[in-house]
Amino acid sequence: MIDLEAMGSIRPTSVTLFIPCLMDMVYPQAARDLTILLKNLGFTVKYPQDQTCCGQPAFNQGFIKEARKLAQRFLTIFASSEVIVCPSGSCTAMVRKHYPELFSTAPAWLDRARDMGQKLFELTEFLTRFVPFENIKASFPFTVTYHDSCHSNRVLGIVKQPRRLLAHVSGLTLIEMEPVQVCCGFGGLFSQKFPQLSQAIGMEKVKAIQNTGAQWVISNDPGCLMHIQNRLREKNLKIGVKHLVEVLASQ
Amino acid sequence: MDIKTDQFKTLAAEALKNKAVQGALATACGHIGRMRAKAFQDWPDGDTLRDQAHRIKAGVMDNLGRYLDQLETSARKVGIRVHRAADAEDARRYILELVRSRTISLVVKGKSMTTEEIGLNPELGQNNVEVWETDLGEFIVQLAGEPPSHIIAPAIHKSKQEIAELFAQKLGVPLFDNAEDLTMVARKFLREKYFQAGLGISGVNFALAENGTLVIVENEGNGRLSTTFPRIHVAVMGIEKVIPGYKELAVFLKLLARSATGQKLSTYMSFLQGPRRPEEEDGPEELHLILLDNGRSKILADPELRPSLYCLRCGACLTSCPVYQRIGGHAYGWVYSGPIGSTLAPQYLGLMRAKDLPMASTLCGTCASVCPVRIPLPDLLLKLRQRIMEQGGATLYEQTFMKTWTLAQSHPFWVRSLTALARRGEKLLPGLFPQGVPLAEKTFHQWWQDENTD
Repeated sequence: MIDLEAMGSIRPTSVTLFIPCLMDMVYPQAARDLTILLKNLGFTVKYPQDQTCCGQPAFNQGFIKEARKLAQRFLTIFASSEVIVCPSGSCTAMVRKHYPELFSTAPAWLDRARDMGQKLFELTEFLTRFVPFENIKASFPFTVTYHDSCHSNRVLGIVKQPRRLLAHVSGLTLIEMEPVQVCCGFGGLFSQKFPQLSQAIGMEKVKAIQNTGAQWVISNDPGCLMHIQNRLREKNLKIGVKHLVEVLASQ
Repeated sequence: MDIKTDQFKTLAAEALKNKAVQGALATACGHIGRMRAKAFQDWPDGDTLRDQAHRIKAGVMDNLGRYLDQLETSARKVGIRVHRAADAEDARRYILELVRSRTISLVVKGKSMTTEEIGLNPELGQNNVEVWETDLGEFIVQLAGEPPSHIIAPAIHKSKQEIAELFAQKLGVPLFDNAEDLTMVARKFLREKYFQAGLGISGVNFALAENGTLVIVENEGNGRLSTTFPRIHVAVMGIEKVIPGYKELAVFLKLLARSATGQKLSTYMSFLQGPRRPEEEDGPEELHLILLDNGRSKILADPELRPSLYCLRCGACLTSCPVYQRIGGHAYGWVYSGPIGSTLAPQYLGLMRAKDLPMASTLCGTCASVCPVRIPLPDLLLKLRQRIMEQGGATLYEQTFMKTWTLAQSHPFWVRSLTALARRGEKLLPGLFPQGVPLAEKTFHQWWQDENTD
């Protein structure tokens, strides 16, 4: 696990965006909001236009050669970036946890993979670490519930960070799901391979969401958001989904 | 039992449609999960002990041969007859010969997943031996002609109503509507069997290398009756269940009951230290211990997958798994189900025979977060996925898709073009993505380009 304490409070002036492919295609608004938010907070924002997928879908399906190829590509493209911000726990976990595993027998790449894991931050890690909360001026006068993406929660250990950020948004009321921190059923290509099963798990999530009475479901992972959104639509529910960064960018 | 691990998709689809199974699982898994969570919340030492338990198991596996030799020696010293069984057939043959040579016609069994693994009951049945499962849940599934669907709660998929109907139909008793009455029916029926049985068969939760003690953990007392009433007791254990001694046992006992049911300790813990001694009133005349390999040495020799052998069979990973909670144990098609089953089945039965199981996980990691010995289950599932793909386990479609996708992702131009095409294609080919991917009109990439062209 990354030692955030060791990073101290040295605040970077420039950040590089790593936008997950699903977010690029399905929730571009959230990526735009992220850009604007970071600029408003005084950062110079960079976006290497060559970036593509981190390789997680291939890795999770056991296609290790393909995953390695895309990982090498990623490590090359972001090699010179100082601090990288990613609005997805899942993709951050892929780089930080699984890249070093991919190169366990290739020392040169292994070092690069480990370094990358130290300078890539999931959005809420980054904001709670490097940005004074008072600088985020957000207003979202709604009742919301927060869905923890499993990789954020159980691989990266992110639980408190998004809640600290949400607590700072004016007008927002957070009601936790019961039980909280349960998978939404997405699982990447699992949802394509076992659609009925994936949807059935998603429906349990929808019940938990409904029980909170929330108007919006907030999460930090485009995959979870898409899956939950599809389930909510199927049940014709008037509950919306938003990426956390969209809430933080709301005025 | 019939092995149906290659029919996972069909079995899972059936389970999803089965309202009774859905209802029973939701109630039971929710309840057990809350009990487990509460037990660990109130217990600050829990996580430290889980680390310790992991280290103990790792140490045992590093020296398994030595611990097994030590166990065998100390078990023989207290009068236990030890048989090392290389595989399921070897173990079955040993028991069958015992049954024949002692002319036994009735066997009672304490709960044992290992004897399910070796398919013992059908073999005994075919040889005209009457066998009764004495664990209540196991008794219920036996009457129903089904295999257990959970490691510690074999009938977790059945509602009280179903069990009442089953008892009425099979045992000719009235249709009871409360659990106490139903339990009394089983108790009365089984009590007679204990008296008549010539052989009791049990599993083993822990075997202590230092003094040959066999530890059996249970809640119903049936394990104790099965191991002490009949004249002969056969204990069947996987070789990975050996631990050094009492010091290590103390760690595992605290974790096992809490993880399994949320209890601080189980109701009955039997420490079997050999057959009945001359001065003792109770206990079997003969105690046989079968040390079963059946593929375990192969796992042991595989450093990447070795942690699969740390399992205590507490069932916490099943009960907490979102996939298991929706489909139950039968869908996995073999004796071990849930995340640990998906890890063990491909290793015991062959990768290709159970290739869907490691895939049938969202990799959410809940299993690892509750495992009392911290088996990194998602990592093991990922490793198995890699092995399956290396051996050509993907369909041609999957291979083509993944290779094309990787190629496209390696060339930004192709990703952007294909995304644009998919936006139109989604409307043309609605079946392409069964889940639906609601593509936006304009990607972030396009927006960035538009914003930064000046």
